[in-house]
Amino acid sequence: MPTKDEIFEKIQGALVDALGVDDDEVTPEATLVGDLGAESIDFLDIVFRLEKGFEIKIPRGELFPEDILTDSTYVQDGRVTETGLAELRKRMPFANLDDFEKNPVVQDFGNLLTVADMCRFVESKVEVTD
Amino acid sequence: MRWYWIDRFLEFESGKRAKAVKCISLAEDHLHDHFEDYPMIPNSLVIEGLAQTGGLLVCEHGRFEEKVVLAKVPKARFYDVATPGDTLTYTTTVEYIKAEGAMVTGTSHKGDQLHAEVEIVFAHLNDPRMGALFDPDVFLRMMRLLGAFEVGHAADGGPLVPPPRLLQTVESGDHGGS
Repeated sequence: MPTKDEIFEKIQGALVDALGVDDDEVTPEATLVGDLGAESIDFLDIVFRLEKGFEIKIPRGELFPEDILTDSTYVQDGRVTETGLAELRKRMPFANLDDFEKNPVVQDFGNLLTVADMCRFVESKVEVTD
Repeated sequence: MRWYWIDRFLEFESGKRAKAVKCISLAEDHLHDHFEDYPMIPNSLVIEGLAQTGGLLVCEHGRFEEKVVLAKVPKARFYDVATPGDTLTYTTTVEYIKAEGAMVTGTSHKGDQLHAEVEIVFAHLNDPRMGALFDPDVFLRMMRLLGAFEVGHAADGGPLVPPPRLLQTVESGDHGGS
């Protein structure tokens, strides 16, 4: 069973390999898109490296529920509705949505996920020791 | 222009692994510009050859129905140069094939010596408004020219054969292309 530090180190390695960034750029508060330059294809690559590194399965849309953003039930005029935000909170308990909820523009959603969010996501999928 | 950067498959294990050779020759015009007094195959074309070796593996797994495009090269390390007279052996292994895309790892060897290592990510374009990227007969011709059906094995261990739907499409001339 990995510790939280070990999970962070493994995620750091995965992001260095997938995104070609330096170790010291991968801080807990770094955003995947804005700070580390991840593009949509990188998420496929990152998910694979997490699955392999932690021996877990990550179904499509679990880490990054893009289906919500293309569903007219949840999006109106380029903004995520209250129902959509409730769905995001339910689907992404690992992510801090506080800032996004203040101005839930769909376009900004891509830059939401941080390295710390990703650590919490993995921690929810594996048994963690202290 | 013909865009073949491998010469022949040596092995083709459906959905798993493929091995191909690339013979480098001074007859290749571009080598005289890269470089005039010291011709060597550009590393980008080694990556392209590895992408063709692995890309056809991914395409075949999807019965040539997915639109497979090279999307990303997370890693490419070169340890040597390859010059006219060298034969490179490319080996690619499928790491995963999912609905959204696929990844292969690959090596290039010059004899027994490791020449390059790569990771290649392919995306499956799934926009239904987009027609086929290539005519089906391009795939069939490429697989035949490269000898994939002569050396290949299907997932069940039997001989590799063209998917019936691909053959039907080619024979009927209905390519459904863009």
